Amino acid sequence: MTGVAVPSSAPDISDAVYCHDIPAERPWSRILKRGQTLRIVDSEGQQAVDALLYCAGDPAERYSSQDTLRVQGSAYVELGTRLISNKGRVMAHVTADSCGRHDTSAGCCSCESNAVRFGETTKYQHACRENFILELSKHGLTKRDIVSNLNFFMNVPIDPSGAFTVVDGISAPGNYVDVTADMDVLFVISNCPQVNNPCNGFNPTPIRVMIWDPPET
Amino acid sequence: MITAKTRQEISEANRRRYEELRAAGQEVTPKGLPEATALNGAPIAPNAVISREQVPAGWYATVRLRRGEALRIVDDSGRASVSLIGWREEDTSERINCADTVKVQWSAAISKGRVLLSDMGRVFLSLVEDTSGAHDLLIGGSTPASTRVAFGATMRNTHENFLAAAAKIGLGLRDIPPCVTFFAPVSLDANGRFLWAAGRKRPGDFVDLRAEMNLVLALSNCAHPLDPARPAAADSIAFIRYRAPPPERDDPCRTTSPEIIRAFEFTDRLYA
Repeated sequence: MTGVAVPSSAPDISDAVYCHDIPAERPWSRILKRGQTLRIVDSEGQQAVDALLYCAGDPAERYSSQDTLRVQGSAYVELGTRLISNKGRVMAHVTADSCGRHDTSAGCCSCESNAVRFGETTKYQHACRENFILELSKHGLTKRDIVSNLNFFMNVPIDPSGAFTVVDGISAPGNYVDVTADMDVLFVISNCPQVNNPCNGFNPTPIRVMIWDPPET
Repeated sequence: MITAKTRQEISEANRRRYEELRAAGQEVTPKGLPEATALNGAPIAPNAVISREQVPAGWYATVRLRRGEALRIVDDSGRASVSLIGWREEDTSERINCADTVKVQWSAAISKGRVLLSDMGRVFLSLVEDTSGAHDLLIGGSTPASTRVAFGATMRNTHENFLAAAAKIGLGLRDIPPCVTFFAPVSLDANGRFLWAAGRKRPGDFVDLRAEMNLVLALSNCAHPLDPARPAAADSIAFIRYRAPPPERDDPCRTTSPEIIRAFEFTDRLYA
């Protein structure tokens, strides 16, 4: 696990070209132009943020968790992690991280997997895949296009024995992660509604997204 | 009206249930899993065999399995790895889901008695026999980029094999989910770095996968990208499709945990 890391070129809040609070349990999407930086702020702490990236020009090219982990050689997303597409290209990379622990192996929650994990009464609770389906539909994409996603601020240690556990998040109120786009990408978020495991501290809360243009050169 | 106190009580109850499931999944279930199959164990009755195929190094196969049929994958050389993806035949938007497989079973390690899940909360395949228990769900198969890094040139690779296999059943790049790779002993150190345990690969290792739905599988016989014993593809792999014995009530794969019992209930409803 890495510690707190903020780059020397941290952007000035007042220079942001976009700022939006995503309510608890809701989805969001926006095109990030190459060079732009998206900041995701865990406004109240311990809130998992599920994310998918698609190449804006050809959404069949999309984020790939397995390519990302293979290229990195290790299991967690952190400062410097390059987010790799299913065509092996760098879509974006993590340029700042004041939390230090993010997952990309656990996927997103769904009504169907909730029913398996926590019992059939939890089937009728809102879930990240519902968010992804609805948000992707705005861009002509469907359930087919949902792949294994990023889970910012989600703490999923994988033990050397293989034991795989979603545990209490370590992100404090105001912790953030910056992702800088290496190509024009459609960035899709589900502000996770899960209440059956510790990924959101059993209490989903709002998050903030901000975007900066690349620094003048 | 839900009061703050009620909300707090719900949170606490949900946390208690989560802790109970975790303890069951990580402390009880592993003790009840069956022993690995012996290398000379689990013979297939000759009259149960439906078909056999020997797939050369670097190549792929598309295999249709009906519910109740099984596929034995044999690595005779002990040097190969086989990556697998697949779809439900009647609705290919339902597909293998490695993340749910790992999350629901509380483990990134699969072995005899475990299952592979679909994205719809149903059981895709059961590992009814397994001599190895050394399989990868996290890193995936080789790609054009991984072979260029390893060899300085693009070699035959799993990503392109999956594309070709998918194309032949009318699917494409959008339909290729993360894969599982058999005979790929990937583990992690305490810092999350991936390790390759070469000593866990043996000539003759095999795994038997019983279909719990009607499936179309794409299988690629390319070396795992972490395998230091290159080349890109090592040796041929045998696929034996056969009629599996019907599961008994106490079938080890169907009864490992409350989660898996539910996943089978939901799967059986498709065919009720």
